[in-house]
Amino acid sequence: MQSMITVKSDSEFLSEAVFDHFLTRHSELPQWLVKLKQQNWVDYLALPAPSRKMETWRFANVKGLGVDTFRLAQPLAVEEGQSLIERSNRLKNTSGKLIFGNDDLLAEEELSEDLKAKGVIFEPLERAFAQHSEILEEFFMAQESALGSEKFAALHTALNRNGTLLFVPENVEIDLPLVSYHWAQGSESAVFPHTLVIAKDNSKVTFVDVYGAHEKDSSQLACGVSTLYAGPGAQVEYHYLQNWNEASLSFNQLTTIAQRDSNIRAFGLNIGSKHARNEGHTIIDGPGSNAELFSLTVAHKDQEIDQRTLQSHNAANARSNLLFKNALQDTSKTIFSGLIKVAEEAQQTDAYQTNRNLLLSPLAEANSLPGLEILANDVKCSHGAATGQIDDNELFYLLSRGISKPAAQILLVFAFFEEILEKMENEELAEFHRELIHQKLENN
Amino acid sequence: MNALEIKNLHVTIDGQQILKDLSLTLPKGEVHAIMGPNGSGKSTLAKALVGHEDYIVDSGTATMDGKDIFDMEVNERSREGLFLAFQYPAEIPGVTIANFIRAALNARQPKGEDVDAVAYYKDLYSEMERLDIDRKFTSRSVNEGFSGGEKKRCEILQMSMLKPDYCILDETDSGLDIDALKIVADGVNHMRGKDRGILIITHYQRLLNYIVPDRVHIMWDGRIVKSGDKSLAFEVEERGYDWVKQEQTASV
Ligand SMILES: Nc1ncnc2c1ncn2[C@@H]1O[C@H](COP(=O)(O)OP(=O)(O)OP(=O)(O)O)[C@@H](O)[C@H]1O
Ligand SMILES: [Mg+2]
Repeated sequence: MQSMITVKSDSEFLSEAVFDHFLTRHSELPQWLVKLKQQNWVDYLALPAPSRKMETWRFANVKGLGVDTFRLAQPLAVEEGQSLIERSNRLKNTSGKLIFGNDDLLAEEELSEDLKAKGVIFEPLERAFAQHSEILEEFFMAQESALGSEKFAALHTALNRNGTLLFVPENVEIDLPLVSYHWAQGSESAVFPHTLVIAKDNSKVTFVDVYGAHEKDSSQLACGVSTLYAGPGAQVEYHYLQNWNEASLSFNQLTTIAQRDSNIRAFGLNIGSKHARNEGHTIIDGPGSNAELFSLTVAHKDQEIDQRTLQSHNAANARSNLLFKNALQDTSKTIFSGLIKVAEEAQQTDAYQTNRNLLLSPLAEANSLPGLEILANDVKCSHGAATGQIDDNELFYLLSRGISKPAAQILLVFAFFEEILEKMENEELAEFHRELIHQKLENN
Repeated sequence: MNALEIKNLHVTIDGQQILKDLSLTLPKGEVHAIMGPNGSGKSTLAKALVGHEDYIVDSGTATMDGKDIFDMEVNERSREGLFLAFQYPAEIPGVTIANFIRAALNARQPKGEDVDAVAYYKDLYSEMERLDIDRKFTSRSVNEGFSGGEKKRCEILQMSMLKPDYCILDETDSGLDIDALKIVADGVNHMRGKDRGILIITHYQRLLNYIVPDRVHIMWDGRIVKSGDKSLAFEVEERGYDWVKQEQTASV
């Protein structure tokens, strides 16, 4: 591990001074990136903070979204890094693994020689900015925010320095998933995880991002951006397991671009964060493509999980299907705001969007804002939202067999989630999701 | 005493008194049957015993081997050995039979311990075989889309896996074809033994040909009005319930 300045100076806080400081520390970055960062830092400072008056932040508790008190995450102590490496072991059958702690690469499992020979690139951005600058210059932060978090995208662009570049050349199929673990450590630490997956024509890949915290109770900021490009005929599966600690604030923007005949499956899991804001923009750019977008959330205590989605259909004969399920305990709150936009030329579109909420407490609050905007005339679209409680008859039946109330609730939450869990073909990955859900429900 | 003892039970549902001073003793080792016209309160008795919250116990007692049943939570009653095969079992989409029964068995383990998965499946499959239930049912959601007879068989499967001390079977025979009836009856007879009391609620003497009861009770308007040996069931089959009613009014 490289050693860096470890003094905690005021200039580490996410205020005016931090950026110059950041640039001096990262003189290795290519010129195009420095320029991009400079522009974004200016934008970040100029853009307004979220306010509830903005349509894109309706219902959100924006008071908790200030980021000024956070500072750039500091390098980890060796033993902290070691313990995080040990905790990055849940998936055994993978084609490659990157482990980041406070935005530094802690460890990696490289690709096989075979995959390398086929031209697959799986690199931490800290190396990729130097070695694959031309790819990144074209694709890094090339998509604009569409759902309200422009300011946080700008902050991310300015202060990001690591993450994953995964490039899969034409016709290359990778069977086992690749995974990146992103860990945050330290009080008031800010991390900026980035993911860029480029799957070229007829390639096939599964990529997994796992987000977690070193310790339970120090407040951290995670401001991440992920972009997936599915080229013509490509099959891309993406898992996003968000398990930051429950004192943390997290932003994540996922943009997915589907080209002709591509197939995309995205599975999100929200477990952690005090306040999580996820934006998912799926851009259907090619005919014949198919995107399936799933999300599971277990919210408890006073967590707020705010998810905004946009399915943009710009090409004909394509399909997208979104299903987001939230289980809410205690006084937790979820927001789902989803829009399907079908452009005039996107005839024969099939687009669906469903949000279902299971309220496990009378004090929990599930907000749902489904929407459609259709300019084409020959489409099949539907949207729906439903919020319900545990069925008394089901609960009584379980209790009457000796099962405790908490255990019965866990069974019924899994029953509610099963519709999505059963769609995961990789058993180990499905088990990983189940385990995190189980842990959270057990510890409530 | 080693028995399920119900004394002077009064139960109200929705403000309406359904059980009116019902008393009944089911000793361990015996099989009793309850017969009675529709609406006489048979299912009410069963559900009040397992603790459905809609059934309000106004007065009376129920004990299992001396332990006060009404003092226990619903799940505790089950863990203490009480089992009801429901007349209309609930459907639970998304929870498989295998996971459901396993959770019920885990609930009986010491805290933090789970049943051994391999041994569990071995037991489950052998009980399923006895009850002629196809193995693919293990991965089906509890009762979802099951035929009436499949639901009943699944109740008996749960009973044979949980091995309760006191079993109440609420019309487990209704909706069964003759082959299924024999299979279920075999399943129940297999569980019969000196450490278990079984209470069979039924409308048909037919079942009692296969599971021969030690005692038969007639229920009428919320109480047991007549008890006797298995011949009482034949009498009911032949004469209906009117004569019981007449005997009752005559004796008042
Ligand atoms: N939720 C309820 N509210 C009001 N009355 C009820 C309710 N549930 C049951 N009852 C009444 O209680 C009485 C007894 O019902 P119960 O189901 O115990 O009868 P049963 O003897 O099991 O009849 P069957 O042979 O038809 O199964 C009936 O008159 C029924 O209408
Ligand atoms: Mg009944």
